[in-house]
Amino acid sequence: MIAAICFYIFATILVGSAVMVVFSKNPVHSVLFLILAFFNAAGLFVLLGAEFVAMILVIVYVGAVAVMFLFVVMMLDINFTELRKGVQDYLPIGLLIGFILLVEMVVIVGGWSMSDGIAITITAATPPANEITNTDAIGRILYTDYIYLFQIAGLVLLVAMIGAIVLTHRKRPGVKKQNIGDQVRRRRGDAFEAIDVKPGQGIGKI
Amino acid sequence: MAELFPNLSIAYGEIFLALGAMVLLMVGVFKKDSVNLVSWLSVAFMAIALFLTIGAGAEQQYTFSNLFVADGFTRFMKILVLVAAALAVIMSREFFRLEGDNRFEFPVLLVLATVGMMIMVSANDLMSLYMGIELQSLSLYVLAAFKRDSERSTEAGLKYFVLGALSSGILLYGCSLVYGFIGSTNFSSIATALSNMGDGNAPIGAVVGLVFVLAGLAFKVSAVPFHMWTPDVYEGSQTPVTAFFAVAPKVAALALLARTLYVPFGDMSGSWTQVIMFMSIASMLLGSFAAIMQTNIKRLMAYSSIGHVGFALLGLIAGTSGGLRGLIIYMTIYLVMNVGTFVCIMSMRRKEDGMVEDIKELSGLSQNHPALALAISIFMFSLAGVPPLAGFFAKWYVIIPIVTQGHFVLATIAVLASVVGAYYYIRIVKVMYFDDQVEGFLPQKSFPMKIIVTLAAVLIIAFIVPQISTPILESATAAAQGMDPN
Repeated sequence: MIAAICFYIFATILVGSAVMVVFSKNPVHSVLFLILAFFNAAGLFVLLGAEFVAMILVIVYVGAVAVMFLFVVMMLDINFTELRKGVQDYLPIGLLIGFILLVEMVVIVGGWSMSDGIAITITAATPPANEITNTDAIGRILYTDYIYLFQIAGLVLLVAMIGAIVLTHRKRPGVKKQNIGDQVRRRRGDAFEAIDVKPGQGIGKI
Repeated sequence: MAELFPNLSIAYGEIFLALGAMVLLMVGVFKKDSVNLVSWLSVAFMAIALFLTIGAGAEQQYTFSNLFVADGFTRFMKILVLVAAALAVIMSREFFRLEGDNRFEFPVLLVLATVGMMIMVSANDLMSLYMGIELQSLSLYVLAAFKRDSERSTEAGLKYFVLGALSSGILLYGCSLVYGFIGSTNFSSIATALSNMGDGNAPIGAVVGLVFVLAGLAFKVSAVPFHMWTPDVYEGSQTPVTAFFAVAPKVAALALLARTLYVPFGDMSGSWTQVIMFMSIASMLLGSFAAIMQTNIKRLMAYSSIGHVGFALLGLIAGTSGGLRGLIIYMTIYLVMNVGTFVCIMSMRRKEDGMVEDIKELSGLSQNHPALALAISIFMFSLAGVPPLAGFFAKWYVIIPIVTQGHFVLATIAVLASVVGAYYYIRIVKVMYFDDQVEGFLPQKSFPMKIIVTLAAVLIIAFIVPQISTPILESATAAAQGMDPN
């Protein structure tokens, strides 16, 4: 009962905020609605018993991706009203495509059945879901059975980092950087000189 | 249950090279002007990895919870990959020295790409297959765009990246379908499941999944109809990058394709033979006909590589150990021919224009540089498959297995395609020997480059000598039997 109520609350807010992502006038509001949508989707995952995916959704999507969107929206000067110009013209065809997709999904879900061959297929051993949580289950295999893939994933990220630096890092001439050693080593004599000025002669050449 | 500590000894080559890449990165970052040091160190690391790979032995062993396999076949293919990569590093050093580009990341990325290729060759699971491909491709995208000030190079990198990401998506979709319908991603388990189902009883979803996986892999080997990126990327990238692209990734991806088709999906050969047959015929024909119109020698080599992939795929159609042996021999000889050709292309340099890539610049080369012209002619005749050069034997050993399997039409098409292909290869020889002389190139001063080109040319001519070819043929036979195809 409570689960059903929670489901309808999460689902309604999710759909509502997803609509607002598209329709809100201010792009910053769009991103904030997107974050709301992510939170509600995470709630739905918790209801399904997939708490690991829910946490990942919050950490990765809300924590990193949405914040990055926010930065992009606020830092880049994109004219969003210009981007929205065609909405009226494209609305009918967009609705039509959306409707077709909806019908297709209903057909797929309605006609859902397991493959005939499922009885003879072999399935990977999964731990019983009522005994351990899925975070625990992933933790048991990620660093043992799949350590090889885990390490390769690390290498892929290393390549991504090297690639980003190779393709974008440039040495700019004339950039002044703080050198604390130089600052500390600087003595009064480096910048300051006491000159005894005789009356009527000026300071002459320094 | 998995053993407490995986058996690392068969993966020493990969582990060493991966750690070596990080050492190189540190050396490059903390030591000023260390690009020469990093390059030669990376060649040395590849050589050590080569010995470690050879030392791992040829019997079939699994490790990392069956994600990784090592046998005679993977050993042979890894040797090819490592040799091609080491030669690419040496060529790139000569090239960048003349271009004045001294970024040490180039050899580091090349080493990481090589690690990815070795992982691909040794993959025994759809997941390690994907991770290997991704590690390799990501490094290659960066290498393609390495000359970031050049519009063509950036375009090549971007095009490669977008299409590569698309193909990775297709591949993953196929993997998920296979997993959904068969219940495992492991090659050995898939093979067991399919043989339990019996011949022709594979679920339709698995067949669709296999076709998607094949499409993704075909993109990586640039087989028609997934070849569109090849000419642009080959032309836009810098020449040593193109030389690398043309050999090592193809060897790795073909090895992966061979294992994927023979081991897990061996029982579904009825489903994939037609697909491979179509790709092979289309690649051979397109490679031959489209190359005729090309004026840029790197574009020409791109179409030539598409055609050669078509020939190499013939070996897979036979579905026998002999066919696999043909593929191995083909890739070995292809490596030698291509490396030699690209060293020659890199010698096309003038003082004021820098690198030139137009075929008409070769006009009358025989009078300016008789040795270079002779070397290019040898490579071109060999690529065309003119006996008694090595290229002829490469084609011979892939066509014989399909003839014994009764695919006469296919063999005829292959021979006809190679006749058409001969036209554009030999046209280059004609341009060099019979056209008017134009301004010569700067003389090739680099000693390593001269050694590579001489060695490649000598190997191609000497392949007919039994003392040279027998060891290669025998180790190819052993390698093909090492995978133990059905």
